[in-house]
Amino acid sequence: MTSTIEELTATSLLRFATAGSVDDGKSTLVGRLLHDSKSVLADQLEAVEHASRKRGQQAPDLALLTDGLRAEREQGITIDVAYRYFATPKRRFILADTPGHVQYTRNMVTGASTAELAVVLVDARNGVVEQTRRHAAVAALLRVPHVVLAVNKMDLVDYAEPVFAAIAAEFTAYAASLGLGDIVAIPISALAGDNVVEPSAHMDWYGGPTLLEHLETVQVTSDPSAEPARFPVQYVIRPQSEEHHDYRGYAGQLASGVLRTGDPVTVLPSGHTTTVAGIDVLGEQRELAWAPQSITVRLTEDIDVSRGDLIAAGPAPVPTKDVEATVCHLHERPLRAGDKVLLKHTTRTVRALVKEISYRIDIDSLEQLGDAQELNVNDIGHVLLRTAEPLALDDYADNRLTGSFLLIDPADGSTLTAGMAGEAFASSTAATALAPAASAAEEEWV
Amino acid sequence: MTTATQSLLDTAKNPFALSHLDVLEAEAVHIFREVAGEFERPVILFSGGKDSIVMLHLALKAFAPAPIPFALLHVDTGHNFPEVIAYRDRVVAEHGLRLHVASVQEFIDDGRLRERPDGTRNPLQTVPLLDAIEGNKFDAVFGGGRRDEEKARAKERVFSLRDEFGAWDPRRQRPELWSLYNGRHAVGEHVRVFPLSNWTELDVWQYIERESIDLPQIYYAHEREVFARDGMWLTAGDWGGPKEGETVQKRLVRYRTVGDMSCTGAVDSDAATIEQVIAEIAASRLTERGATRADDKLSEAAMEDRKREGYF
Repeated sequence: MTSTIEELTATSLLRFATAGSVDDGKSTLVGRLLHDSKSVLADQLEAVEHASRKRGQQAPDLALLTDGLRAEREQGITIDVAYRYFATPKRRFILADTPGHVQYTRNMVTGASTAELAVVLVDARNGVVEQTRRHAAVAALLRVPHVVLAVNKMDLVDYAEPVFAAIAAEFTAYAASLGLGDIVAIPISALAGDNVVEPSAHMDWYGGPTLLEHLETVQVTSDPSAEPARFPVQYVIRPQSEEHHDYRGYAGQLASGVLRTGDPVTVLPSGHTTTVAGIDVLGEQRELAWAPQSITVRLTEDIDVSRGDLIAAGPAPVPTKDVEATVCHLHERPLRAGDKVLLKHTTRTVRALVKEISYRIDIDSLEQLGDAQELNVNDIGHVLLRTAEPLALDDYADNRLTGSFLLIDPADGSTLTAGMAGEAFASSTAATALAPAASAAEEEWV
Repeated sequence: MTTATQSLLDTAKNPFALSHLDVLEAEAVHIFREVAGEFERPVILFSGGKDSIVMLHLALKAFAPAPIPFALLHVDTGHNFPEVIAYRDRVVAEHGLRLHVASVQEFIDDGRLRERPDGTRNPLQTVPLLDAIEGNKFDAVFGGGRRDEEKARAKERVFSLRDEFGAWDPRRQRPELWSLYNGRHAVGEHVRVFPLSNWTELDVWQYIERESIDLPQIYYAHEREVFARDGMWLTAGDWGGPKEGETVQKRLVRYRTVGDMSCTGAVDSDAATIEQVIAEIAASRLTERGATRADDKLSEAAMEDRKREGYF
């Protein structure tokens, strides 16, 4: 029994992102997670010790484990998203380690786009501050399903329960108003190691899991059979060999749902309907396949299907040339109404016009600022786009893969903007109403 | 039974659960197909090492039952392990692949490159590599690099744009969101593509086991004539070792990586089967590159510096 559990659980994978302000101790936390889960190997530690000594530091600086680039080490800051990998006997982890600076909102957006869980770090002495609300807002915007509030530096507030409880209550209320679902608050000290990997001896009052325990056990697999199937066609496979003379397969990765042989499907944007004749999972014939498998689908009719089309089962999106979306602008060059861009949605790239920048969102107050002329780097806003060809977009709230897109500069190919079809937050009015109260509470903690 | 254990059991009962290897495989196949869909002349860098062998295996699965629409490119340092060259030629013949070879030796012979005083040829690979990319007009170049290998690589994108000099600028990388990869590039530029970005060394070995992938025998324990240099066991050979004062001895060793003989060290090991190799790696206290690569020890930012110049 035990060995079966181990065998099954050791192979599950969790992608998560960390977010924290500059001095909240995020690098220390990441270093602690890696170190205490025994994911830092002897030669890496030796390199960190060597570099710390060269710098005249007494103790090994665990932040050096994660700051990989010359400029980062020179400036002592993290300038970009990095990906870390570690494993415990229960789970594999891919950590998107994102810098917390205000000017790096785009990096947290990048890290959160693939994350199933976000760890938001706060300093117990400061409580919920602007940065905390910004991180929660980004997690909500990117529809990250699980959030952990890690209240750090508990050692500096005498491990006092009321301090933790007040911060947890304030954050939970705020996060719920943003539509964030599963929120777990954990009191930790990354420096001392309390409740990160090992349970704290200083906080008897806390009965919950350590951070690592929670990461190991949080349930992230959803039921694909509950979602409509979405299959963006990447590539048409036609061997034209003796053996496979008539083979014509549509290769792609299932973005959501389940596909079975015999399923009726619609090809978008053309709207043709047909049925699934067969499914090949990387060379082997199967009766069914589910997200996120990469598969090849054969259809009963020889209709025109090519890269960029979406094969959909269940309720299908209505293709449209008018796209309303919440966007995060990623590039130093601003995005303006009237700009002609390329839009990449799943496997389809089309020309698009920025018709209107409806408003910019003040990520601290969540207020909609209607006078936006342009979106600058790290700005989050709402736009109207007109595309040259119809797109089969789902709402981002319903599907993170078929509801997301990129805007690309046609001149030099730069990635300009990340887009999410539909409204920004699950309940933006509630959030806006709550924001002033949160600001008032913050002052008590500063 | 705790609630946590209960939920894990529920996951196990989920008929739609995928193992982490299934997820990584599906993601890598997606990347291969994106490149096939968006680029004119992609090529797979193939060294005969385990990462490039896994890449090739994934590419074969991605386009089955059709052949892979890519050629292979081997940057031959001239100091290769003979077993690896034999393996390369066998695989090329077996799958009817096209193979381009960029030869460091040729560049040295005709004066375009000069041998380094330390005899290490690994950094010299960049020039013939970029020459082959330019000469063949390759616009997408698959590499087996993994982000877990090294901290500069931890910042690497899956689609990594290189300028007309093949250079990587870590501060001007395109943000990469969801599974939306941007492969736009100007004429003369190319994109390095890393389908194994999210794999770790252990993932690669477990996948090799699961898929029964054949590897060059030097990955498994064997007796070999080696000598010690800079804390590593190097293979004696025509490339320039051992020097005076370095003594050759026969040891039971295996390789964790395969590269240029002048800078790729063997580790003491009696792991002769894939199961034993996996057990050994899982227990190792050294990283793959730390254990076996001399060139990464040259400076704190050795990998970053080489990547900036166009290295893979």
